[in-house]
Amino acid sequence: MSTPSYSVIGTRPIRHDGADKVTGRAIYGADFQMAGMLHGFILRSPHAHARIKRIDTSKAEVFPGVNAVVTTKDFPAVDDSKIVDLGEGNTPLRWARSNVLADGKVLYRGHAVAAVAAVNAHVAEEAAGLIEVEYEVLPCVLTAPEAMKPDAPILHQDLKMKELGETTGKVSNVAEHFRHVMGDIEAGFAAADVVVEREFNTATVHQGYIEPHNATALWNNDGRISIWCSTQGSFVVRDATAAILDIPVSQVKVTPMEIGGGFGGKIPVYMEPVAALLSKKTGRPVKILMPRQAVFEATGPTPGSYMKVKVGAKKDGTITAAQAYLAFEAGAYPGAMVGPAGMTVFAAYDLANVTIDGYDVVVNKPSTAAYRAPGAPNAAFAAESVIDELALKLGMDPLDLRLKNAAKEGTRRADGPKFRRIGCVEVLEAMKNSEHYKSPLEGSNRGRGVAIGFWFNVGLPSSCTLNVTADGTVNLIEGSTDIGGTRTSIAMQAAEVLGLKSEDIHPTVVDTDSIGFTGVTGGSRTTFATGWAAYEAAQDVVRQMKERAAKIWDVPSETVEQAGGVYRSNGHSIGFKELAARIGETGGPIVGRGAVNPRGVGGSFAGAIVDVAVDPETGKTTILRFTSIQDAGKAIHPAYVEGQMQGGSVQGIGWALNEEYFMSGDGRMMNSSFLDYRMPTALDLPMIETIIVEVPNPGHPFGVRGVGEANIVPPQAAVANAIAHAIGTRLTRLPMNPPAVMEAIWQKSTSPRS
Amino acid sequence: MRSKTHVHTKINGEERDFLCEPRQSLLEVLRDTLNMTGTKEGCNDGNCGSCTVTLDGRIVTSCLVLGVEAEGREITTIEGIARGNDLHPIQKAFLENAALQCGICTPGFIVATKALLDKEPDPSEERIRFFLANNLCRCTGYDKIIQAVQQAAKEMQA
Repeated sequence: MSTPSYSVIGTRPIRHDGADKVTGRAIYGADFQMAGMLHGFILRSPHAHARIKRIDTSKAEVFPGVNAVVTTKDFPAVDDSKIVDLGEGNTPLRWARSNVLADGKVLYRGHAVAAVAAVNAHVAEEAAGLIEVEYEVLPCVLTAPEAMKPDAPILHQDLKMKELGETTGKVSNVAEHFRHVMGDIEAGFAAADVVVEREFNTATVHQGYIEPHNATALWNNDGRISIWCSTQGSFVVRDATAAILDIPVSQVKVTPMEIGGGFGGKIPVYMEPVAALLSKKTGRPVKILMPRQAVFEATGPTPGSYMKVKVGAKKDGTITAAQAYLAFEAGAYPGAMVGPAGMTVFAAYDLANVTIDGYDVVVNKPSTAAYRAPGAPNAAFAAESVIDELALKLGMDPLDLRLKNAAKEGTRRADGPKFRRIGCVEVLEAMKNSEHYKSPLEGSNRGRGVAIGFWFNVGLPSSCTLNVTADGTVNLIEGSTDIGGTRTSIAMQAAEVLGLKSEDIHPTVVDTDSIGFTGVTGGSRTTFATGWAAYEAAQDVVRQMKERAAKIWDVPSETVEQAGGVYRSNGHSIGFKELAARIGETGGPIVGRGAVNPRGVGGSFAGAIVDVAVDPETGKTTILRFTSIQDAGKAIHPAYVEGQMQGGSVQGIGWALNEEYFMSGDGRMMNSSFLDYRMPTALDLPMIETIIVEVPNPGHPFGVRGVGEANIVPPQAAVANAIAHAIGTRLTRLPMNPPAVMEAIWQKSTSPRS
Repeated sequence: MRSKTHVHTKINGEERDFLCEPRQSLLEVLRDTLNMTGTKEGCNDGNCGSCTVTLDGRIVTSCLVLGVEAEGREITTIEGIARGNDLHPIQKAFLENAALQCGICTPGFIVATKALLDKEPDPSEERIRFFLANNLCRCTGYDKIIQAVQQAAKEMQA
């Protein structure tokens, strides 16, 4: 593929929503106000696992200032076997609904039990405290290995284990066991000169977006529901709310407000159906804001995991076999994202003999949700730690070992797909050639680590409408929540086609009544897919503009050419702005439409290089230098691509070093505040260097792959490898906080091992 | 219903009066009573910095200040940073450096940055990182925020 030259793509314009966001004018979900609005509060379970024997709401209902109380009984009766798609896969409706308001049992501390609407949030909270709930407390189970034991407490009596695709009829906490097999694993290990096998554990961690969940709903007198909320997918909220309330999707309109971070965690619905129920009972709009503690205790973190990885190689570095056992904690309901872990664990390597076993295990913790390349960072922590140790044993440079076995176009993954054009080798080479990797690292207790990671990215449908205005600018209408500058990366693609500047496009994110179906802002898909819809809509505008020019010049429209916003035919020429001024006289409004369901998704590889210093007295790890390297395909707006890489890297650093759900034996998260759930601050970090690699995705008009996720996959392993080299012993458990590092140092000094 | 207290204060240079319950935080008053929603709530326990405002020139997390404590004090919020129709150099620097992604932490960062640069016009990178360590950002990894602050410092001195 030759490198086309672009005039807008690859530049760094100011984002369109910038002024609103630096002045405080941007309206986020919690900022939404409406006349007559009531405020809700949700009562949550104090127990990790309990049967609800009785709920008495009578005292709350008569508390002054209270307008309504709801419990799961207020949901309409629906068929329990119904399956709904809540944005990232199919879920039985009964599970989706009972996570919103518990039905019969609570499955984690923080599980919603009842809700109150009142004149203000303080009154609602006071009244919620008057609701009497009688619980029969049950034993709880908090990790995958514990939950898989034969005598473990069972969360769902109706959950039957699926074994290698077959329903077994066996009641179990294991929702599913899958296996990917390629080649002959035994023969592969027999052919190896060196084999490394290790066990790994990772703690549950949270996406940690700064804006808590929020929802405002009005169940209007005509039967239609309007919802205003911060969500990654307005259409998902629409469809899920309609399913849970058993009404047609046409009866729900969702307006996506500005959103304060999501990282996958703002795809599920939590409070929208509850606010709608409260609105139905009161006839007034109801707003519910989630307290931070509830965000930790009751919204989707990413799975904790137990993993075993075994890799064998010949003396020359050729990997002969790779095996992974992945047991992931789904939380209260199945869906642990272990599937993506199985798809990505060895994706960076061209392998002949592979076996991957994955287990999706329910435990008494909040139902997990997507978190930036969900599942992949856990798996990469294990696999890339083993690869690093293998390189050490083989006496090879860790990047050379990876390059020798790197996946490329045509490589088949163990889960089936064959790679199309990918940038794995290019990313590894960029790492090797980087100033960082070439620089010396000196000093005691210091170490350098590298790792690579993969995320496949997703497509999903997107829609876009362009309206040409008479002053020669274009209004762009889209449905993708803008979490990190996508209004601009989408508008830039339309501008490129139209020969306009980024500032000539005015993008607006609209409600679900006002644009065609658009999937979630997730899966690194928005710049790829909604950008593609904008590209199609812009092509539609160009086609219509050519017709108008043809009309003015009285020539066949096929003879009109467009380049750089100038339309030409047979010696005539006219610019976009001049032509736009004449659309009224040449036939009226020009509306371009784009609706896509793209298939050409291009996966992204990302690498991390990190230098650490470990304090042998305290166990504290300091990040001295960090470089993130990622294949963007094509970076539409490089500054926001760098931003994704830096943000994902730092989330990975937090995951590696500090973040965890610190659980008591009875299932209470002991650190459910930002004070104790320790996310990186500005003081904890150096500048995060970035190297954007561009191996264009042949499946996208501009080569876009999507950059939101792969960058969080390698940091955990890279940091682990760096620490291993700094202290001479390997940590196999996340987080690698000071106590864990000290423990490893002490163990090494009492029982030295290679 | 609890009885409310009358509070007289000055916000962004304007005299403001409001009624609030003793239990209401300044953050709640700003957002719900005065409809100044530029100040954001991230944690409501003083740990994220999204609700940062200045109280008599000192930065505070407004979720940890009671509304009644504002009596007779001067408050600056994100709504008071721009100079009329012109963005403040800090706001411009945040945009030019792509120092925001979702933007929810941005008002707090800008208010805190202004408090820093008003007193220390030429802070080192380490000093900026220390001063802003009370403001959490989950999107950017802080790199571009630090660069924006450095650029703003240069421009404000010029």
